[in-house]
Amino acid sequence: MSTKLFVKGNEAVAMAAIEAGCRYYFGYPITPQSDIPEYLSRELPPLGGEFIQAESEVAAINMLLGASATGVRCMTSSSGPGISLKQEGISFMAGSELPGVIVDIMRQGPGLGGIDASQADYWQATRGGGHGGYRIIVLAPSSVQEMYDLTMQAFDLSDIYRIPVMVLADSVIGQMKESIVANPRPVTELPAKDWAVRGRREGQSQNVVKSLKLGDGEMEAFHWKMHARYQELADKECRWEELQTDDATLVVTAFGSAARIARTAVAMAREEGLKVGLLRPITLFPFPQKAYTQLTRHCKRLLDIELNTGQMIDDVRLSVAKDAEVEFYGRPPGAGSLPTPEELLEQIKKHYS
Amino acid sequence: MKQVFQKPESLKDVQTHFCPGCSHGSVHRLAAEAMDEFGIRAETIGVASVGCSVFLYSYFDVDVIEAPHGRAPAVATGAKRARPDRIVFTYQGDGDLAAIGTAEIIHAANRGEDITVIFVNNTTYGMTGGQMAPTTMVGQKTSTSPYGRDQNKDGYPIRMAELLAQLEGVGFSARVAVNSPKNVMQAKKLMKTAFQYQVEKKGFSFIEVLAVCPTNWGMSPLAANEHLGNEMIPYFPLGVYRNTSNL
Repeated sequence: MSTKLFVKGNEAVAMAAIEAGCRYYFGYPITPQSDIPEYLSRELPPLGGEFIQAESEVAAINMLLGASATGVRCMTSSSGPGISLKQEGISFMAGSELPGVIVDIMRQGPGLGGIDASQADYWQATRGGGHGGYRIIVLAPSSVQEMYDLTMQAFDLSDIYRIPVMVLADSVIGQMKESIVANPRPVTELPAKDWAVRGRREGQSQNVVKSLKLGDGEMEAFHWKMHARYQELADKECRWEELQTDDATLVVTAFGSAARIARTAVAMAREEGLKVGLLRPITLFPFPQKAYTQLTRHCKRLLDIELNTGQMIDDVRLSVAKDAEVEFYGRPPGAGSLPTPEELLEQIKKHYS
Repeated sequence: MKQVFQKPESLKDVQTHFCPGCSHGSVHRLAAEAMDEFGIRAETIGVASVGCSVFLYSYFDVDVIEAPHGRAPAVATGAKRARPDRIVFTYQGDGDLAAIGTAEIIHAANRGEDITVIFVNNTTYGMTGGQMAPTTMVGQKTSTSPYGRDQNKDGYPIRMAELLAQLEGVGFSARVAVNSPKNVMQAKKLMKTAFQYQVEKKGFSFIEVLAVCPTNWGMSPLAANEHLGNEMIPYFPLGVYRNTSNL
């Protein structure tokens, strides 16, 4: 049965993880995501699960690697500096084809930065982040409901494709309270984890979870296999939301918290009779390229809005029709730097023709 | 005819890549014999580290997870918490455990994780070509301490077995050596105790094995074993440093 709740975004993540069957969490305190470990330290033990406050972010991601290798659903979460430290483990998980959910409630940066709303880590999240050349699936919730729904989906996607999944949000979405419907876990057919390391039982062959590939041609074959899997993701798993784009002559594009502000600005523009729409990517990797390609067949002007100096715009420009124009408006993150809907409306009018 | 010697079941019947005179083969065998004795091969998960020991899965006939450099105790923690009914051991070298992985070993030990850690101390980074390790002896020349380890700049070799024995979470901590038949017999006994701790759920167990690296030491296997006895054991004394359940 679905329950209606009034909760914080970070709590919604933790609730969804439990509903998705995750019983193992490894983390380290860092603002603005600490509600997640706090919630799970309370809720997992009574369910027979394990919560470990690790000695470091590095240890936490490696505990995730170890638990995931045995075939269980598991999660870690962090922010900015902590996600940087986790990159070693994420690279090893990608190289070992291990599933696992990593929640990144972004902070500002570089360095210690700050804790206000930020989209500073789009590049870090969508370009792999660690060494070796790999991709992870990146989901960008824009509401507390999506924090719940996308976290739930993250576990399925990760198990199906054997790729780590990152849920990428920031303090606006993580710290805000909204009402949500806590839907039960959907019945999904998942592949058997016959690769998992469980202790070799009699008659079974040895399972090894590793990323070292020294055999002749072994590494190249791995990369082509993963390349094909990323293509499959692009074909099957792109998610996005379009709002009033059918007749639009200008479409605003933004993800996560920036899309919330953009949504209000688009509504204000419509009230003034301007034909403006919104295209909001939900999967940042795979990036919904086809949505932009289709859209820019009829709408030739896009306004990309981000809480940084322009990161997603790289992907937008690669996705639009050749004759489309992509304008940009960004506010680099920081206290006092969150744009208002009025500010965005002004930008819409500036580029509207 | 009575068979008096055979390969342990927990080891595969393959040639290793180890250099002539290397101790890893002996240590692998001791660990495999302990697994055989407890009949735990089929329920054991090994965690390989980075270094010469990374090919654990090629030699041990058990499921294996390969950990990033130094992180084996964290990986083992995740695996053991998820599968508490399995036997989980890590096999780590001195650079892996006592340098880049210091935080992971200290905290896994301090939490009293129910795992067994086999620590092979040959005072050097073997796989990368004999660089200075945290356990390199004072004055020892390596490829990154060409004038010899200088304690004023490089610090002193770390005694891990003693250090971990200070932690309340540790059940068993011992140091053995594999340079002579007598020491191998003692090592076999204490390796078994280390696994017994986990089999009987008595807490974290740690066994440091003093080992040789003739290739990187630039010695013959015989001279390397003598060096271990004459130079290493006086600084790294053999013995049991913690044994809370008196096993």
